[in-house]
Amino acid sequence: MVKMIICVVAYLILAPLIGGLLAGIDRKISARMQGRVGPSILQPFYDVLKLLEKEKITVNRVQDFYIACFFLFVIVTGCMFFAGQSLLMVMFTLTLASVFLIVAAFSSNSPYAQVGAEREMLQMMAYEPMVLIACVGFYMYTGSFDVYDIMETPHMPVVYLCGIFVGFVFILTIKFRKAPFDLSMSHHAHQELVGGLKTEFSGSTLAMVEAAHWYENVFLLGMVFLFFSNGEISGIIVGLVVCLAAYFLEILIGNSFARMKWQVALNSSWLVALILGGCNLFALIFIG
Amino acid sequence: MSTILFLIGFPLLVAIVLLVLKEDRARDVVVKASAAVIAAAAIYFVARNVGSGEEFYVVPHAETIGTVMMAIEVCLALVIIVLGIQKKRYLAPVLSIIQTPLMIWFELKEGHHIDVEYAMYIDRLGMIMVLIVGIVGSLIAVFATGYMKDFQAHQKGKDRRPWFFFLIFLFLAAMFGLVMSNNLIWMYFFWEITSLVSFFMIGYNGLFHKEEEEDKIATRNAFRALVMNLGGGLGFAIGIVLLGMNFETLELSNMILLGQMGQPVFIVAMFLAFAGITKSAQMPFNSWLLGAMVAPTPVSALLHSSTMVKAGVFLILKLAPVLSGNLAGTMVYLVGGITFLMASFAAISQSNAKRVLAYSTVANLGLIVTCGGIGTPAAVWAGTLLLIFHAITKSLLFLCVGTAEHHIGSRDIEDMDGLFDRMPKLAACMLIGIAGMFLAPFGMLISKWATMVTFVDAGNPLLILIICFGSAATAFYWSKWMGKLAAIVANRDNVETTVHGSESFVHVTLTCLVVLVCICFPFVSKTMIVPYLAGKTVFGQTIDKLPLENSNMMVMVIMVAVLVLLFAFFFGRTKKRIVPIYMAGVNQGDNLTFEDSMFQPKPVSLRNWYMESYFGEFKMNVIGVVTTSVVILGFIGMVVGALIGYGGM
Amino acid sequence: MSYITKSPWIIHYDGSSCNGCDIEVLACLTPMYDVERFGIINTGNPKHADVFLVTGSVNEQNKNVVKQIYEQMPEPKVVVAVGICANNGGIFKECYNIQGGVDTVIPVDCYVPGCAARPEAIIDGVVKGLGILAEKREKLRQEQLAAKSGAKAAPQAMPVLDDPAEAKEEEA
Repeated sequence: MVKMIICVVAYLILAPLIGGLLAGIDRKISARMQGRVGPSILQPFYDVLKLLEKEKITVNRVQDFYIACFFLFVIVTGCMFFAGQSLLMVMFTLTLASVFLIVAAFSSNSPYAQVGAEREMLQMMAYEPMVLIACVGFYMYTGSFDVYDIMETPHMPVVYLCGIFVGFVFILTIKFRKAPFDLSMSHHAHQELVGGLKTEFSGSTLAMVEAAHWYENVFLLGMVFLFFSNGEISGIIVGLVVCLAAYFLEILIGNSFARMKWQVALNSSWLVALILGGCNLFALIFIG
Repeated sequence: MSTILFLIGFPLLVAIVLLVLKEDRARDVVVKASAAVIAAAAIYFVARNVGSGEEFYVVPHAETIGTVMMAIEVCLALVIIVLGIQKKRYLAPVLSIIQTPLMIWFELKEGHHIDVEYAMYIDRLGMIMVLIVGIVGSLIAVFATGYMKDFQAHQKGKDRRPWFFFLIFLFLAAMFGLVMSNNLIWMYFFWEITSLVSFFMIGYNGLFHKEEEEDKIATRNAFRALVMNLGGGLGFAIGIVLLGMNFETLELSNMILLGQMGQPVFIVAMFLAFAGITKSAQMPFNSWLLGAMVAPTPVSALLHSSTMVKAGVFLILKLAPVLSGNLAGTMVYLVGGITFLMASFAAISQSNAKRVLAYSTVANLGLIVTCGGIGTPAAVWAGTLLLIFHAITKSLLFLCVGTAEHHIGSRDIEDMDGLFDRMPKLAACMLIGIAGMFLAPFGMLISKWATMVTFVDAGNPLLILIICFGSAATAFYWSKWMGKLAAIVANRDNVETTVHGSESFVHVTLTCLVVLVCICFPFVSKTMIVPYLAGKTVFGQTIDKLPLENSNMMVMVIMVAVLVLLFAFFFGRTKKRIVPIYMAGVNQGDNLTFEDSMFQPKPVSLRNWYMESYFGEFKMNVIGVVTTSVVILGFIGMVVGALIGYGGM
Repeated sequence: MSYITKSPWIIHYDGSSCNGCDIEVLACLTPMYDVERFGIINTGNPKHADVFLVTGSVNEQNKNVVKQIYEQMPEPKVVVAVGICANNGGIFKECYNIQGGVDTVIPVDCYVPGCAARPEAIIDGVVKGLGILAEKREKLRQEQLAAKSGAKAAPQAMPVLDDPAEAKEEEA
């Protein structure tokens, strides 16, 4: 119980710091990969603080409510995860949060926001099977959906879940909103969708969306960590290193690809889920 | 016993009264009053019996009742034959000619010697069904009073509403009978009645109309539904004959007990489950339920939520203990799983709200059927939860779509944008209904979660993959509908003022029920489902581990409460300045038009994705129907082959 | 301290430019000049932007567009006119369809001369605009505080229109 409370409080306080810092590092590394100096590592914090200073405008009376719910439930998702709750429940709460974001974009009835929302739904449909398969994989290997139980397992789950791990890292590209699958929103210059999903969010609303992503990214890295935890210090070290490596890999992927069509996103992630995830599940049952 | 008779007899009586009652006001009063009585009786009945759990009843004059039933069956068969010949549709009469004599022969020749001790019985699953039929079914009847007035106003020709209300109450009576029958011949009788009533309901716009007024599609779809359900009825009849001839019993409870003792009753169960599959519109028989959309909306609501298709899954859940781990169970879960996946995919390509609902029903029933096919206590637990949540949520959604259709003149989801401005109350109910279908922490998602855990525990990777991909598709088609509803489109007139009081009463009641059931489902599980599973005619052992832990259930309940409170206190309040949306700098100021390059205003129209090339309805149906047909034919062929090989066992 | 100067997001609009200045604006994003090191992002969305960068003069067809994009930017915001065409119409000034510089439709805070404006000059102009942005932010905050403390008659209109003539002197 004490462990649970400490973890949740730590998540609540540290996640935005770590998430923001990671985003800053991301921008710095990206800049260096492109031969630029790049912004300060604290740039994401400046951005969010600036957004809070801006005039408060919105396009209708309900949008901000939806975004607040999105923010709230992303945090709840992370808290549940770090409180050691059931993985499936965590994932379903995340879906709830995503749907709030989508509905917020829809509610504006703005063309750019709606196309972004449609693509966001598509991305959700693309990554959801792999995410669920990952949860099932953990359960089949450890016999429990609960995060703390999974963490206490004597061997690193990744040994038995290698296919699922690769598949999960694959869909992380979608979740981290990296090219080639950054379909629904992007801050890159002159993309065809203006701001996509977040076109109509501004000021503090946009700040909330950004901060929610920091929370979400930390939680997702927590999922990556879970593949390596074995209840010992070695697992923690390996897990953290792999988290950073995975994050770096996503930055590399993001900088090496152009954006692709949604068909590619759907086909490839379902294929990966079916082949890597499916085969891994069959193998787990075969091993018993 | 007297309450049982009342539950069956009273709706029957009301039905007959309504058939002769031609006056609008009087009909309204009778329908509303009797709906209240039926709901109250159902609640009273359950409240009184919930303590004892299983209750068996010796029915007096069972012999006479049986004979009367047989006579009615013969009459119904004659009706089908005459109608079929009149409308030049011969398959239904042929099926009728096969199965009715088969049953009569069996009852006169063999059934006579078999002693049926308890013709009726009720357990907690039955009670859940009684509650669903009694409450949801009566609410739909109340809704129909207002709805059918608008419907009749749009309709040419004679006022056939007495016939309509007669059918609805007859349906309720038949459902009560069905869920409480222990004697399979009685159950078969009620089963056939529901088939026939749904046939008349689907054909409401066609069957008895004059040539020029007839809705040909209604007639065609009615016959399609009839043929498929009679086919299922034939399976039911064969199952009864096999059971009677080989195991010398006709009681459902005895059959389960025999199964527990290791007798090969699964062969019987396979035929009965086949009947359940047709009735619950699983692939390859899903087309009848899609076709049933031609009927007035309350019929769809009734067929989808509380009656008809629920009879199918009810039977399969009842049979679950004898389906576990054998050929019959494998057949059932394969059919259910494939149906779930394919119907979920097909729903993405639909823009007609009622068809989306229909595919979603088929898909969710597929999950329940799969749970039945797996047949472990945990699976049945999940299946029962699905059954409860689905009944309430789906009836709410159908009734909302029905009202929307009458007021915005379309049942197309694309025409529902801005419903939030035009019909705020209705849109709110609809949104809660949709959220109830696929989002945490609402009921359907909780049950799907439980289902997933049972699939994993059953160690079936195929089913796990099916539910993972199916859930992803489900989230897609619901959230895009939700988005359409939530869009705030400026300058729309509120058209909600003309909604009948009875309709909005039912919407609000059902919405409250959706939320309420989500909040008290741990209680329902504890007092109804878990004791049901432990019953001696079910699994006969207490269930050791539920798919969901209690703490998880509590978290979900808290989340429901938090969401309700959030919406109640913070929704739609903002202090911010409201500005126009971004339209590349050429917004005309109303958010609906932009200025084109010739300085002319152009309206904006936004459309959803349907991904026809991926999830085209035809393609999904072909794949689903072919694979499920192969599964059914293969497994039944195997069993029939084995039977013949052993010389009739 | 205001964070707005550390994270100025830009929306770039091409009026009726010959594309010379636009190329130079884009050049600012390249590794050579890398404006992102100042936290500058080219957003392409007025609702996210703080700085409105206009190249080219305003013509009959796009004057409303320029106006609307400006209106859709949340306060505080600055407008930077890049290139001589945006400043006063440039060589197109007398064309039948040209209205003139950007300041004929919206208030401009900062003028960057040149044909085409050099990237260094554009960056200079934006940085100069940041000073004005900080001032505006401060003014906005004062007004909000005044409104909050219940002080009556705090002016409702946020934008303080700079006198174009005055601003032109500044540029010189």
